[in-house]
Amino acid sequence: MHNKTLTELTQCLANKDCSSEELTQVFIDRIKLLDPSLNSFITINEEQALLAAREADQLRAAGKAKPLTGVPLAHKDIFCTKGIKTSCGSKMLDNFIAPYNATVVNKCNAAGMILLGKTNMDEFAMGSSNETSYYGYVRNPWDQACVPGGSSGGSAAAVAAGMTPAATGTDTGGSIRQPAAFCGITGLKPTYGRVSRYGMVAFASSLDQGGPMARTAEDVALLLNVMAGFDEQDSTSLDAPVPDHTATLNDSIAGLRIGIPQEYFREGLNPEVEAAIIKASQALEKLGAEIHEVSLPHTHLSAPTYYIIAPAECSSNLARFDGVRYGYRCDAPKDLDDLYMRSRDEGFGDEVKRRILIGTYALSAGYYDAYYLKAQKIRRLINDDFQQAFTKVDVLLSPTTPEPAFKIGEKVNDPIKMYLNDIYTIAVNLAGLPAISVPAGFVNDLPIGMQLIGNHLQEAKLLNIAHQYQQVTDWHQRQPEEV
Amino acid sequence: MQWETVIGLEVHIQLLTQSKIFSSAPTRYGAEPNTQANLIDLGMPGVLPVLNAEAVNMAIKFGLAVDANIAPRSVFERKNYFYPDLPKGYQISQYQIPVVGNGHIDIQLEDGEVKRIGITRAHLEEDAGKSLHEDIADKSGIDLNRAGTPLLEIVSEPDLRSAKEAIAYLKVLHALVRYLDICDGNMQEGSFRCDANISVRPQGQTELGTRTEIKNMNSFRYIERAINYEADRQIALIESGKQVQQQTRLYDPSNNETRPMRTKEEANDYRYFPDPDLLPLTVTQDQIDTIRAVLPELPKQKRQRFQEQYQLPEYDARVLTATRELAEYFETAVKHTQGTPKLVANWVMGDLASALNKAALDITQSPVSAEQLASLITRISDNTISGKIAKTVFEAMWAGEDNADPDAIIANRGLQQVTDSSTIEAIVDEVIANNPTQLEQYRSGKDKLFGYFVGQVMKASQGKANPQQVNELLQAKLKA
Amino acid sequence: MELTATDVSKIAYLARLAIQEDNIPQYADNLSKILEFVTQLNSVDTDAVEPMFHSGHIELRQRADEAKQPSNSRDKILALAPDAAAGLFVVPQVIEDK
Repeated sequence: MHNKTLTELTQCLANKDCSSEELTQVFIDRIKLLDPSLNSFITINEEQALLAAREADQLRAAGKAKPLTGVPLAHKDIFCTKGIKTSCGSKMLDNFIAPYNATVVNKCNAAGMILLGKTNMDEFAMGSSNETSYYGYVRNPWDQACVPGGSSGGSAAAVAAGMTPAATGTDTGGSIRQPAAFCGITGLKPTYGRVSRYGMVAFASSLDQGGPMARTAEDVALLLNVMAGFDEQDSTSLDAPVPDHTATLNDSIAGLRIGIPQEYFREGLNPEVEAAIIKASQALEKLGAEIHEVSLPHTHLSAPTYYIIAPAECSSNLARFDGVRYGYRCDAPKDLDDLYMRSRDEGFGDEVKRRILIGTYALSAGYYDAYYLKAQKIRRLINDDFQQAFTKVDVLLSPTTPEPAFKIGEKVNDPIKMYLNDIYTIAVNLAGLPAISVPAGFVNDLPIGMQLIGNHLQEAKLLNIAHQYQQVTDWHQRQPEEV
Repeated sequence: MQWETVIGLEVHIQLLTQSKIFSSAPTRYGAEPNTQANLIDLGMPGVLPVLNAEAVNMAIKFGLAVDANIAPRSVFERKNYFYPDLPKGYQISQYQIPVVGNGHIDIQLEDGEVKRIGITRAHLEEDAGKSLHEDIADKSGIDLNRAGTPLLEIVSEPDLRSAKEAIAYLKVLHALVRYLDICDGNMQEGSFRCDANISVRPQGQTELGTRTEIKNMNSFRYIERAINYEADRQIALIESGKQVQQQTRLYDPSNNETRPMRTKEEANDYRYFPDPDLLPLTVTQDQIDTIRAVLPELPKQKRQRFQEQYQLPEYDARVLTATRELAEYFETAVKHTQGTPKLVANWVMGDLASALNKAALDITQSPVSAEQLASLITRISDNTISGKIAKTVFEAMWAGEDNADPDAIIANRGLQQVTDSSTIEAIVDEVIANNPTQLEQYRSGKDKLFGYFVGQVMKASQGKANPQQVNELLQAKLKA
Repeated sequence: MELTATDVSKIAYLARLAIQEDNIPQYADNLSKILEFVTQLNSVDTDAVEPMFHSGHIELRQRADEAKQPSNSRDKILALAPDAAAGLFVVPQVIEDK
């Protein structure tokens, strides 16, 4: 049962092959069995999940079920869930019971989905390995000595290990796509503004975007249908109609123009990863797509640009964690500054503090123009590169990461090395584009991902290509050995 | 040496919206602490701001009223600093591109000269909460009800040259924002607050001296005193060979002095940057035109209209249009009288104003309504009572006698003017008979004594005799 | 761009982070490396380039001025606070500047 896709599970429920309660129990049991070693959940929502599952079964019995009624999922612990701890992977919010639901959570609830628990993540989504979590690192189900990627590493590992059929994630510089690639699942980062950010704890507001993670493109499409849509509580939310992303999955991709950005295939890329991605592109070619070489000349600047903009926004976004209204407060503060400084020093981990410091510096008097403004100008150039490319091709294809999952501890002391893991993913966030990572092979017995990047609001197109690819490949069906 | 004081003012007005600038929580004043702050005002993790359209409209209204440019595109930025009454650790404000650009306000100086004061800019921002110190021993309590209340910060050019000019400017501004109905102007409750930038320089020097900023004043009297104190302090410093330090100071009304703020100055690197949660604010020409079309009559236009429509002198028009409420009172009273606007003006600016002043009331709190005052004035113009008796009636109205109904007071006190000529004649005869000496002197050429006879007649009639008839009768009888 | 220990302390105070003395050199080193990493940005002339603060395809929406009583109860909100009394969030005494 845990091996079934979201799509299959909705059919099981519809056909009354199983009840939501049974299904929920299966996943809860599996979490209890596997998660002590994988550590992909921060909170398991057992009691409430079973309660909700019974209610879903009643709804179904009464003929009032929607397609996803009674289907379990997990939320990244960055989405506020009313009455349930929302830690964001930080000691700072270890005691924080959110007083409200994020819009995404409300939408999933309204669709009838059952919340199994909240998944582990890099602290405040800052990390590419899930090693910065206050709750300890998550292990990659394919190789427990390896990281699952980050920051949505808990969600990715949980889906890969069959502890949940689907999960939500957030992506600021690759935090859905990179762990999806590392864990061999499918993950979509939607167009900026497509999924509401209301109730999603902010890391870098102009880059953050929530999105679905599941095994197949079809499942991702189903969950995206639930998550996407205009929200009047988010001023950056897009007021555009949401198509049924499953409706076009089976469209032919004959004649589709796929661009291969040369700059994504240069030094630093593992040759076996490169070979796998070339092979994937050939599979698409066989399906009728045309492959073109394109150039994104400012690619090499996306990491430095990102590592100014994201920390700058984070330094401001995380100022609200001050030990006054909620969250961690240090013992016996002697005055106000002591309260702020010790609460924040003790409540935040190293990587978060490093980014707050860099961001504070980049915005400070005398440095704003040289760092922050400069980075925002380069961002424009990076954005223009994409728009230029999209005049010639429909989508772009690249590896999701330069290499497969690395060992736990390998990069934790070298921020730059860690940051370079995101070089293929961050430009997409800077330009606000949608992109998907699709399982595309194995290197050293570890899954790797192919990234497809589309123009604004082209999610359905990306899902269509991914689904077609998954019709002719089985990478996405492979599962790690029993963990 | 002659010194010149240079003052620029930053005024924060709370906008009269129903809800906050970035959240739907009410802006009501005086509620139980922390009951008017929603999740957004509380700066909960994950919440986001959504701009209140009415706050923008009010800013545009203000901009149009001071002939300012309205920016077609302005930007909300974050001003980052830590303070317990600032829940997000930043204030959303406008910095590089404010919604209202250059404009001006005209003020009238004591000598009657009109001076134009430049408005540098006006920008939208959110108010902070309040720190309270009385409720908990040795600690501070934070009430976030005020957090997120919309503010318009209005920044003047350093065009003001004395505390008096500063106050004149503030009063014009105060009246203006109330005319526009964008601020209640309640200074006690902090709806209209002022920071003053002050420097001094030798008369004739063009370069500005080092300035200090006095923060957060909310009474005209304190602002005037604070500016005077600060200018004197700076002059004394320089004259004793010392230098003025650029710093932020506070005015302490109980000791009438300013002192430096204790907050660390190094903390003031605000790290402004455009708020990524809010896109640039765009204002279209259509929107500006729509607002311009419904702009209420402004003090200057009203003043001109009063001069033309009511044939009032410029001075009267200026006084009567000082506040929207006073102007409304005057016009209501005029509407209920017939053809006597100048008489109404005299009463409003005279007896009514001094009674209000004495009782420390403003026009909206007047115990005598505009309609009631109008009835009183009608009784003067229709000769029911004399102007002098009217003063007595007014006092009775003010005291609430007979529900402030002038006709009832006149009737009950028997104050109707005596116009029956035989009655008046009898009194005149009696007065003449009782004053033979004065009669002798008058007839031998001491014309001035005419007034004496008038006075005696009026006195004998308890002020009720029609003065014109008394005059005519006396003139005829004294000559004989 | 080499950051000194003094620079780090100054930034840390702006960010209200009490970085332990012992850790300052490591932060200074990390941060300097990151700043060196981002110097690549200077290789491009951006004088004529408009900064891109947002994904540029969205316009700022405004909401109607309608007040709603907060749905959150004060007691529940104050229960989240490390210290609260008399309906207020409690902090060490604020040096009064108002």
